[in-house]
Amino acid sequence: MKKSELPDPFKNAREETGIGEMNDQNDPVTMLLRHKDVRKGAHNWKTFQSGAVPGRIVVPSEVNIRDLRQIPFEVDPPQHADYRALIEPWFRRPLEESYTKKLNDIITKVIDEALILESVEVVNKFALPLQSRALTLLINTPFSESETWISWGTHVFRSEGDPLDGDKAEVLYTYLDEKIEEAIKTPSDDLYSKLAESEFEGRKLTKAEIKGIMVLTFAGGRDTVINAVTNSIAYFAEHPKSLQQIKENPEIINSAVEELIRYFSPLTQMGRVVTQDTQVCEHAAKADTRISLCWASANRDDAVFKNPNEVILDRKMNPHVGFGFSHHNCLGATHARQIMRTLLKTLSEKVSTIDIIDFEENIENLDQFKRKVGFHKINVKFNSKKIT
Amino acid sequence: MAKITFITNDDEKITLEGASGSVMALAVENNVKGIDGDCGGVCSCATCHVHVAPEDIEKTGEASEIELDMLELDDNTNEYSRLCCQLQITDALDGIVLKVAK
Ligand code: HEM
Ligand code: HEM
Ligand code: FES
Repeated sequence: MKKSELPDPFKNAREETGIGEMNDQNDPVTMLLRHKDVRKGAHNWKTFQSGAVPGRIVVPSEVNIRDLRQIPFEVDPPQHADYRALIEPWFRRPLEESYTKKLNDIITKVIDEALILESVEVVNKFALPLQSRALTLLINTPFSESETWISWGTHVFRSEGDPLDGDKAEVLYTYLDEKIEEAIKTPSDDLYSKLAESEFEGRKLTKAEIKGIMVLTFAGGRDTVINAVTNSIAYFAEHPKSLQQIKENPEIINSAVEELIRYFSPLTQMGRVVTQDTQVCEHAAKADTRISLCWASANRDDAVFKNPNEVILDRKMNPHVGFGFSHHNCLGATHARQIMRTLLKTLSEKVSTIDIIDFEENIENLDQFKRKVGFHKINVKFNSKKIT
Repeated sequence: MAKITFITNDDEKITLEGASGSVMALAVENNVKGIDGDCGGVCSCATCHVHVAPEDIEKTGEASEIELDMLELDDNTNEYSRLCCQLQITDALDGIVLKVAK
């Protein structure tokens, strides 16, 4: 097996029953595995809600470690739409020229730094700094803040051996409380200040709401982006011709990014709470139990994707659900796409080959399934293009 | 060359000329309101949803199965719905009118 390969552990279950079962802290999850069911489930918010007890739609459940509602993630329509309307324009800023230019500078610098080293540990020394520095643009906060975020490491929400450690999330909560107070006292042009002055349903947002929005900006965009970037480096290490293909045909970059997101599916699944007795794939789903929408499985469904386990960078039809689907589709997708597009372009211009030295895989334990989502660490050597 | 007219939700009429590429790309380049083209045209985001004027359906043809599945779960879908990233600009599209769905 190639080192960059992410196998599809869901195939048999997807084809045979369409569902998987996962026990999670005595609150079991019925996983929807087929593309059609995942999309329908995401669309049907009345039966499959997001606005349950905070933390319950996340798998593994975070009910025991937090009370804060994440917004708009854990809110259902119609209120969900009001929150989205409030923040969506801000999350489209990555399309502005000044933003893409700064992002280009950040990514170029990370790659230039990597090119002069003998070896680079990609997760902590490449993807994490890249993600953190890029996030300063999205929040519109000073570049120096990224130093703090990088110092948190990739494990800001967890401690070794205990994936659900509430104390770890405190680091982020305390940080956000300070920033929100600051923004209220001395407003600037950053996202905290923008939220603090926003009107929502005829009133100001509460501090808890601001925090609920901000926490998601950090949490939702951290592991996902880090995995997408790291897996891309591993992929191009083993497919140098693909980098060449992108260099020669930069117009395929958009579809290449969508294809990598499909293949990597950095977010494996997201849960919903069932509001009324129903069925999924002829399997009873009782009120007040959980289902999950397994994006990673849907993205390998051969009813929709030809050769689903192959990366085809110029795949034309690619209705993947890597960024989710319907109401809750990823708010950070514009930013994430812009990061990935810039990464591919810059890599193809500067890097000739990448050698993998050693690595440690990150395998999610989903009970019935084990899924590789990426790497805990991976050491590589970047080789630069000869200067001609 | 093909002239393509977009009617946005606030009833603005914009006529653009294109020679190649997708109708979505033409709209995005010219900032047609309501067409975002988030996924760059691979049929995964539905942010390029339009209603083709009934008399122009013959020119655009009908949606593929993958496109229909996408539209089925989008808002404001009707029999004239298309994802305009799936419409390639050719002379055959000259004169069509598209109403932006969002
Ligand atoms: C490659 C990177 C990313 C992937 C694969 C990804 C994936 C997803 C998915 C699958 C969902 C849907 C969750 C659901 O339906 O319950 C989602 C939602 C969300 N994501 Fe991302 N995400 C990425 C990056 C980001 C970034 C960079 C941010 C922000 C900085 C972000 C913020 C959010 C938010 C706020 C939501 C909730 C939207 C809502 O509920 O309306 N994501 N993401
Ligand atoms: C305050 C909010 C959040 C907290 C405290 C949190 C906490 C955690 C924890 C404890 C883990 C480790 C689980 C494990 O190792 O088994 C984790 C992993 C992960 N989270 Fe979150 N999470 C939050 C929000 C989100 C959101 C909103 C998303 C996506 C939309 C997300 C995406 C992920 C992903 C993709 C992983 C797996 C990363 C990996 O193992 O490499 N998280 N999160
Ligand atoms: S641009 Fe995404 S579906 Fe048309």
